[in-house]
Amino acid sequence: MTQPAAATGDPAPIRVVLAKLGLDGHDRGLKVVARMLRDAGMEVIYLGLRQTTGTVVAAAEQEDADVVGLSMHNAGHLALAPRIMRALTDAGLGVPVVIGGIVPEADVRTLKEMGISAVLHPGASAVEVAEAVRDAVSGPLGDRPARC
Amino acid sequence: MQAAHCEPARRLHNGSMESEPAGGSRPFTTTSGVPADARAIGSHDAAVAARPFTTMSGVPVDAVYGDGPLPGEFPYTRGIYPEMYRSRLWTMRMFAGFGTAVDTNGRFKEILRHGGTGLSTAFDMPTLMGRDSDDEVWSAGEVGRAGVAVDTLADMEDLFAGIDLASASTSMTINGPAIVALAQYVAVADKAGVDRSRLSGTIQNDILKEYQAQKEYIFPPRPSMRIVTDMMRFTAEQMPRWHPVSISGYHIREAGATAAQELGFTLANGFAYVEAARAAGLDVDDFAGRLSFFFNSHSDFFEEVGKYRSARRIWATWMRDRYGATAERSLMCRFHTQTAGVSLTAQQPEINIARVALQALAGALGGTQSLHTDAYDEALALPTEKAARIALRTQQIVAHETGAANVADPLGGSAYVEWMTDEMERRATEIFDHLLELGGGSILAGVYEGIDNGYFVGQIADSAYRFEREVNDGTRIIVGVNAFTESDDGHQDGADLLRIEQDTEDFQLKRLAAVKQARDGEAVNRSLGAVRQAAEDTGANLVPPIIEAVNAYATEGEICDALAGVFGRYTEPAIV
Repeated sequence: MTQPAAATGDPAPIRVVLAKLGLDGHDRGLKVVARMLRDAGMEVIYLGLRQTTGTVVAAAEQEDADVVGLSMHNAGHLALAPRIMRALTDAGLGVPVVIGGIVPEADVRTLKEMGISAVLHPGASAVEVAEAVRDAVSGPLGDRPARC
Repeated sequence: MQAAHCEPARRLHNGSMESEPAGGSRPFTTTSGVPADARAIGSHDAAVAARPFTTMSGVPVDAVYGDGPLPGEFPYTRGIYPEMYRSRLWTMRMFAGFGTAVDTNGRFKEILRHGGTGLSTAFDMPTLMGRDSDDEVWSAGEVGRAGVAVDTLADMEDLFAGIDLASASTSMTINGPAIVALAQYVAVADKAGVDRSRLSGTIQNDILKEYQAQKEYIFPPRPSMRIVTDMMRFTAEQMPRWHPVSISGYHIREAGATAAQELGFTLANGFAYVEAARAAGLDVDDFAGRLSFFFNSHSDFFEEVGKYRSARRIWATWMRDRYGATAERSLMCRFHTQTAGVSLTAQQPEINIARVALQALAGALGGTQSLHTDAYDEALALPTEKAARIALRTQQIVAHETGAANVADPLGGSAYVEWMTDEMERRATEIFDHLLELGGGSILAGVYEGIDNGYFVGQIADSAYRFEREVNDGTRIIVGVNAFTESDDGHQDGADLLRIEQDTEDFQLKRLAAVKQARDGEAVNRSLGAVRQAAEDTGANLVPPIIEAVNAYATEGEICDALAGVFGRYTEPAIV
């Protein structure tokens, strides 16, 4: 779907699948992040509310996503993170996952040990959000070279 | 004991929206008796009752200043009561709910012990979405985390154990499955022998703002409105002291709306409920007096005060002139206020205490009937007990130390505040005009159309993004976030945060399994069949068969599934 970078000489934009997993309906942050990433030149596939690990993995596969971004405001991150990582692994997808929302600092290390690439807290700026996504893409789980 | 404390309590604690002007006993005396609690509340009352209406320096002050229309006079711009907080202080209604029903019951009693005068229940996400705790697809990992899990009548019984429902004033914050929660509450009261007519409280039940902002819907908008009007009819007939809908701007604002959008969308939703209830054959004065509102208090002090003042004026004017209400109560915009959760920062979280204090003051000067103050750590997790206590103390300072409660509408007559009040009204009126155009002269039809065509969510997302860009480029300063930051201001290390452990979920799953084991399966099936039948019959009222179902210990999820079988489930278009 996206042009391979080598074919055009112009790097294809990073493709980000954004979703809220489970029942949590706080979508203000995710919608703002969607626009921030779009403004930063990325392609955003916004799945919106009430997604399951199944729908997120299917979208990541179909849309050839470079990153999956999940928003969590319901204290369910420690339960949901391992599930999405397992589902991505089971599907053979090495897509990095970034989590944003209300996550206590003490949980960040745990989430990273579970394989989450980055955790963004409330108040993160547009620059920080875009950087976290780019870093995730160029990190160990990402399969693309870093670009600015 | 009760008699000794009754008089000051009656005088000072009927600020609750649930109490009639000549109301009786104070909210939350317990039948089982918790003497220490009662004593704490009583002495607090006595101290307040003796309060002279003078400044700290001894200067006597009048109840109100300026010329008419005065507070208590149409269109109530300056407040709904002539002497406002002199006659009835606002209710300090703190929202609580976490873990199991037993846990939350304990937190309720903690709030009462520290002088809180009203309680409000937060349910967990599965409960709010009509899913049982044992729903493997949707509930795993979310049970009891953001509020209390209530699957069956057994949980509701635990939640209100030791609280006398005849004198309690209870608020339940639930929308999509509100009809089930109301039925459970009524069933608890029935079992305790408390007459339904004595039940006093509020259920949020504002389904329209769910499609616009909070997104906790279950069924599509039109059948959901039928559920709401069924509840309005049932409570009007059997629970005259109950508020069947709390029309809520709070979530609209939290989702990103401006103050004027919060005002315009919320009042438009209010008019939509009035139109729906009238279309269902109810007389406006039979229900309008029991409608109440719920607004946000954000950080722009004077804008907030102008918003509250214009809300009262618009509501009174529209109810009288457009909807033909004649009862005075029908014209009065009574509202609860909560400080803006979205304004709290994870950076330097302690400074949120100052934000909350100023927002609480705006609510008080705006004439709110009840107030919840946020805990400073809410940008990090659910509040700890200490943070919740500081939040309550903050509004006690506003109430008892600042003198703000001594004079009704003390900002009235300020050139800026009066201009802001007019400006808020002008902007809200633009929204009403747009909705009337969308709906061909009907606000209700306009609101449906605005939900269907993405008007509300689009407007709110635009405002949220504009605000975020201003913070990002530094044109709007948020202390601790984009200015006055500290190098290690970071986030708390988690040691002081409230954590809900997995054992809450395990406990609830066992509890639900035990209830299901003990109930009569045949009776459950019969009662669910009756719910389905009532859903198909537009002339039937859904409340009585749902009370039957909860009495059979049908779960919330089973009842919602039965309704969804007839009404369908709503999914929103993904609009950024």
